[in-house]
Amino acid sequence: MNPANYLYLSALLFTIGAAGVLIRRNAIVVFMCVELMLNACNLAFVTFSRLHGNLDGQVIAFFTMVVAAAEVVVGLAIIVSIFRSRHSASVDDANLMKL
Amino acid sequence: MSASLTGTAVHSLWTVAAPADKFPAPHIEYAQLSPVLIVFGIAALGVLVEAFVPRKNRYTAQVAVAAVGLAAAFAATVALAEKGYGTTKAHIAAMGAVAVDGPALFLQGTILLVGLVALFTFAERRLDPRAHGSRVDSFAAQGSAIPGSEQEQAAVRAGFTSTEVFPLLMFAIGGMLVFPAANDLLTLFVALEVFSLPLYILCALARRNRLMSQEAAVKYFLLGAFSSAFLLFGIALLYGYAGTVSYAGIASVVDGTAPMTPALADTTGNDALLLIGLAMVAMGLLFKVGAVPFHMWTPDVYQGAPTPVTGFMASATKVAAFGALLRLLYVVLPGMRWDWRPVMWGVAIVTMLAGAVIAVTQTDVKRLLAYSSIAHAGFILAGVIATTPSGISSVLFYLAAYSFVTLGAFAVVTLVRDAGGEATHLSRWAGLGRRSPLVAAVFAVFLLAFAGIPLTSGFAGKFAVFKAASEGGAMPLVIVGVISSAIAAFFYIRVIVLMFFSEPRPDGPTVAVPSALTSTAIALGVAVTLVLGLAPQYFLDLADKAGVFVR
Repeated sequence: MNPANYLYLSALLFTIGAAGVLIRRNAIVVFMCVELMLNACNLAFVTFSRLHGNLDGQVIAFFTMVVAAAEVVVGLAIIVSIFRSRHSASVDDANLMKL
Repeated sequence: MSASLTGTAVHSLWTVAAPADKFPAPHIEYAQLSPVLIVFGIAALGVLVEAFVPRKNRYTAQVAVAAVGLAAAFAATVALAEKGYGTTKAHIAAMGAVAVDGPALFLQGTILLVGLVALFTFAERRLDPRAHGSRVDSFAAQGSAIPGSEQEQAAVRAGFTSTEVFPLLMFAIGGMLVFPAANDLLTLFVALEVFSLPLYILCALARRNRLMSQEAAVKYFLLGAFSSAFLLFGIALLYGYAGTVSYAGIASVVDGTAPMTPALADTTGNDALLLIGLAMVAMGLLFKVGAVPFHMWTPDVYQGAPTPVTGFMASATKVAAFGALLRLLYVVLPGMRWDWRPVMWGVAIVTMLAGAVIAVTQTDVKRLLAYSSIAHAGFILAGVIATTPSGISSVLFYLAAYSFVTLGAFAVVTLVRDAGGEATHLSRWAGLGRRSPLVAAVFAVFLLAFAGIPLTSGFAGKFAVFKAASEGGAMPLVIVGVISSAIAAFFYIRVIVLMFFSEPRPDGPTVAVPSALTSTAIALGVAVTLVLGLAPQYFLDLADKAGVFVR
């Protein structure tokens, strides 16, 4: 199978993720869309790794997973804390600061 | 299969002996990486202090450990520069991951000094009134407690303080040290996350206005994660184009000097990978420096975050991110400058104008300083675009000058207070010069430096970047820069007029008397502003000597 197809899939996933971040209103869903974008990056890394016949891309994919895990820890902590004080995780409700 | 096979022979059926030279142990130059290693070591030590030292001694222990660590790391940076690693012995360490060269050492030294001064403002405990008999700083008693809940009140009564902020600060500084020195895209990405994640948490930990602080953290986090996903996809595309993530490797593929392989012939035949990859990586970095159109987070986050954190973020993040942007554009993609320069021109012009114009309408001091930081990002971009050696050195000088002014200005903001905490609304600052002339005068010095009035560091910095930009053939940028400086000067002067030439309000804010910590921070800010303004030559020469990247 042509490896380019994986790249198209990865670009598609990335676009879905980016569109989700812009459209969705729940902070948790927005965050999941960011994770989808990171995983799309992983797919691209692994495909390019295969194309070039070196291991760099696969190693980077592992780094990305670790970073994504760390990001989940920090992100969920922040989102949960704001949810507990406002009883809402909607990014539209976070509007204390406006011009 | 015969039964006569030995154990080794059977084993060899599904394994192959790894050739001894396949995975050599990496060669790490510990001495040359010592500033980074010291900071991360101290950060880890801070976590241990948090776990094992009794609560009443933690604050003292954390501040002492962090201050000693930052001072030691700064001494190590200076020692490296003395040995010539900034000039003649500049090279690439840690198996190609980290560059030890002039710009890296200069920016690391700046970040460490800024970090030390920021540590002083973090540790300040005399501004807030005592809570149930114990001195408190600007950070929440317990970050996880719901604002206004029983749990929070209990934490305040017990005199809890979030001493975790000190290890978090150290981790952020560690990431920032690596960021401008990163010599491959993977290190760049990991360093970005290492310094961003602690900052997200620090933003959420304000003692006063906790809802606003949490809101700032959510906004910063979601947008920061979004932008780092773009950066990562850009890295993936650049890796796809060049088959490597090392800066030198990508540069040689872009120049066409790399040995051609069939895979490379396939991927380099299509410039879309390179151009889109470059655009997405630049997007991630421009988000961190707060350039228009990626600036939306800046005012909200600067306003909501605890003011010491805002000061640290505004200065150190900008230093680190511009360092990384410089290295990316000057080391990896000089062969592409005809493609990226027009785009950067547009970004710089829009950033300068938008920052200055929107700042005019602001009524909150912290938001005003946020928009002013956006305008300054535009001025620095003008120096980046120069693509000449003087472009590098002028940006280095500007960053050093700007970061101390910013830290000092935000430290002054923490002093002007009323019953609800800091009084950040501009109308509350009316007549401050009559009531406390010293504080108002110090703030006026910082505002004049932001405006770029001669005899302050702001003038020397602006002159250097605009000179570099005009030499680099970006004269229109200089003209736009001067016009937006004039617009910006209007609102800086307006604040000064408000402070000195209007009647103080009877219910106006009080100016808290800080401890030696914040006083030192502000005094250092004033001293650096005046020294770099009156006698900039030594530091310009230093930046000039440091202004060569290793490839």
